[in-house]
Amino acid sequence: MALAATADRTEGLLDATFAALADPTRRAIIERLAQGEASVTELAAPFEISQPAISKHLKVLERAGLVSRHRQAQRRMCRLEAAPMAEAERYLEAFRQHWEAAYQRLDALLAELQGERTEGGGGDAGRANGS
Amino acid sequence: MANATVEVTTPSETSVAVTRVFEAPAQLVWDAHTKPELIRRWMTGYEGWDMPVCDVDFRVGGAYRYEWSHPTEQGFAATGSFEEIEEPSRLVTVERMEGFEGEARNVMTLDEHDGRTTMTLVMYFGSQEARDGAIATGMTDGMSYSYDVLDDLLASL
Repeated sequence: MALAATADRTEGLLDATFAALADPTRRAIIERLAQGEASVTELAAPFEISQPAISKHLKVLERAGLVSRHRQAQRRMCRLEAAPMAEAERYLEAFRQHWEAAYQRLDALLAELQGERTEGGGGDAGRANGS
Repeated sequence: MANATVEVTTPSETSVAVTRVFEAPAQLVWDAHTKPELIRRWMTGYEGWDMPVCDVDFRVGGAYRYEWSHPTEQGFAATGSFEEIEEPSRLVTVERMEGFEGEARNVMTLDEHDGRTTMTLVMYFGSQEARDGAIATGMTDGMSYSYDVLDDLLASL
């Protein structure tokens, strides 16, 4: 069925993206690249870890499709590929909205329950109205 | 005024956390999460969805079953059991969505100050794939589709 196939496809996309984002160093790399291309050397500079360690992080980001690398003369340049990030953010945002819709209903129910309380109403607070 | 914004975070590769503040004492928020006649008044997401089944055997080891239906969208169901009950501050359940692999361990904590309650719900999945799938499902189940996302998906099929 169409929805299940879509979910399979998107799970694969999300896997790698969320794995990439789960690490603070990788998140910092992404933030730096959001400001523009940078060389591997420039990316390693703010961190007290070795270049091979930075390269490992970059590999994870590349596998997720978040970063691409190319050569510019002698420099190894990295660029942010925004599409997967945007996709993951959209999914998280949709998920958040799903919960927000439900919790807004809960707000209304809680207000109603407290209104009944202060009016001294006893009995079945919040009885379902025949839905 | 309540912080009427849900915060969603991914604290680890296999978990999702949902945080929300409610203008109500913890006991009421607790009741709304555990009494069937209250649960079905809000746990339905967008308009058009109904919750025809909301069976709860509220005790440690007891089971619950929820079913959601919609006139035109595919319905779905969730079943679970209660692992820990510390009224009104901590509720731990193990839940599975019908038709999906694996189960999630959901830990809900309620923290009340000055009549307002902060609810934190952390969902622990068995794998990253399951966690990511749950986030995606929240979008594709029809309860929170936004048109630009729908356009993108249709364009890519």
